[in-house]
Amino acid sequence: MGELVTRTAAELGALIASGETSAAEVARAHLDRIAAVDGAVGAFLHVDAEGVLAQARAVDDRRAAGEELGPLAGVPVAHKDVFTTRDMPTTAGSKILEGWRPPYDATITRRLREAGLVILGKTNMDEFAMGSSTENSAYRTTHNPWDLARIPGGSSGGSSAAVAAYEAPLATGTDTGGSIRQPAAVTGIVGAKPTYGGSSRYGIVAFASSLDTPGPFARNVLDAALLQDAFSGHDPMDSTSIDRPKPPVVEAARRADVAGLRVGVVKEFAGDGYQPGVSARFAEAVELLESLGAKVVEVSCPNFAHALPAYYLIAPSEASSNLARFDAMRYGLRVGDDGARSAEEVMALTRAAGFGPEVKRRIMLGTYALSSGYYDAYYGKAQQVRTLITRDFERAFEQVDVLVSPTTPTTAFPIGERADDPMAMYLADLCTIPSNLTGNAALSVPCGLADEDGLPVGLQIMAPVLADDRVYRVGAAVEKALEDRWGGPLLAKAPEL
Amino acid sequence: MSAITRDEVAHLARLSRLALGDDELDHLAAQLDQIISAVARVQEVTADDIPPTSHALPLTNVYRADEVRPSLTPEQALAAAPAAEEQRFRVPRILDEEV
Repeated sequence: MGELVTRTAAELGALIASGETSAAEVARAHLDRIAAVDGAVGAFLHVDAEGVLAQARAVDDRRAAGEELGPLAGVPVAHKDVFTTRDMPTTAGSKILEGWRPPYDATITRRLREAGLVILGKTNMDEFAMGSSTENSAYRTTHNPWDLARIPGGSSGGSSAAVAAYEAPLATGTDTGGSIRQPAAVTGIVGAKPTYGGSSRYGIVAFASSLDTPGPFARNVLDAALLQDAFSGHDPMDSTSIDRPKPPVVEAARRADVAGLRVGVVKEFAGDGYQPGVSARFAEAVELLESLGAKVVEVSCPNFAHALPAYYLIAPSEASSNLARFDAMRYGLRVGDDGARSAEEVMALTRAAGFGPEVKRRIMLGTYALSSGYYDAYYGKAQQVRTLITRDFERAFEQVDVLVSPTTPTTAFPIGERADDPMAMYLADLCTIPSNLTGNAALSVPCGLADEDGLPVGLQIMAPVLADDRVYRVGAAVEKALEDRWGGPLLAKAPEL
Repeated sequence: MSAITRDEVAHLARLSRLALGDDELDHLAAQLDQIISAVARVQEVTADDIPPTSHALPLTNVYRADEVRPSLTPEQALAAAPAAEEQRFRVPRILDEEV
């Protein structure tokens, strides 16, 4: 493994800025790493080496021309295949979009380019971001770099695997029910779900619009903060974007202290279904926060117990509506257009051929929940539960500054284990879903390895809407203390690929 | 008792514009039955006087300025079309033959 690929994004940005290395050299090192390991990891759906080098040389030229560039200029980033990119295919992991070249860039794509980040390629994902293992991709299986027989999490599993395998120092993801935090947790890296509305949804292939939130992956908290800072902020192209100053996440990640901070442990996220090694590492992280000067109390959020069923009504309902756009008429796949069949028949044949099993399940579940006669009992009730969960958070944040829990109830499970058991798969998002329903900020930071399987465990930190800086501040403090204890990052303990 | 019958699942597939085969319908019916039974637990929550939340942010009527802006050319808009003709999307027939 080349030395450049083990560097942090902040270090790479500084090395490029000082002229010690170039964006082109850094890009080449990462392309070499991808060529060496991605056959085994399967993180990427699309890499265009020539295009990557051209992007990198353009950044070097901008700097040579005296342009003022940000701290991540020249740093490579792996981009989830849910963001539209003019110069690369965008599939959202689905056959229905195979080969699609979008006519426009997502706002996040545009901001990555403006900040001088070099987009290495598009990463694998569960089809339309529906899943927790990336097994629902129509294209390939992605493997967890800690154990290639296990899942890398999902839906942003290509992004988490790329960062954990040193194929990229940074990656983008989207988090609708935990799709950034859960893959980060099970691959031993950092992942953040910004406040809903804090990062633009314009140009994201939509899953559930009231929940979808783009966010960063990185190997440390400061790098994640730098990436979030580079692509977040108000976007007039997204009507749900918040027109307020960005939370100071980079400053918070550098501050990295918790003295006097009030930390609430969510009482409901423990007990049955939680792997012993996950519970043990979580308990130690809570003790650590106390030893660092935080005031820890237990907090009850009784309605969190209803978050999972409410989510699996709300998200599929929104998906059933959003995915109606895949009608075989304007873009994407068209099947069975023989001149005799009607538009409706072609539409139904195309959707049956182009969507995978999980997407079909969710479209039908959402259609059911929204159908007349069931609407009040299902979708309406789920929306009321959403209010109750918001109230639980509000009450909790009157007593504490942040809430903590394990990010996921278990470590990475074996590939195939839950593939045909949707309810078991859905449980992977048990602890992450409440923050999507309410829109608040949350982050997952590695907190050790489970004794029984030696796999990474994530600590989830949650803060109120627009208090993203708090999750970075606490995450960085935990990371600093644990790395002192371990003598380096957790990822250094991962096996060589 | 099952939460959803196979006939209801077949109806949902039609509403969802999914032309599913018998095997696929059988498989989906069993899984949807299990999922619906699980999510039906929201009905146990007492929430009679609780207002619904449809969205995390209390935003209403976000407008942009009413200005003409550059947009896609017809060629760009049609570039990914499964079929195009005379600068238009060509689609299968939308009316029944006898109409």
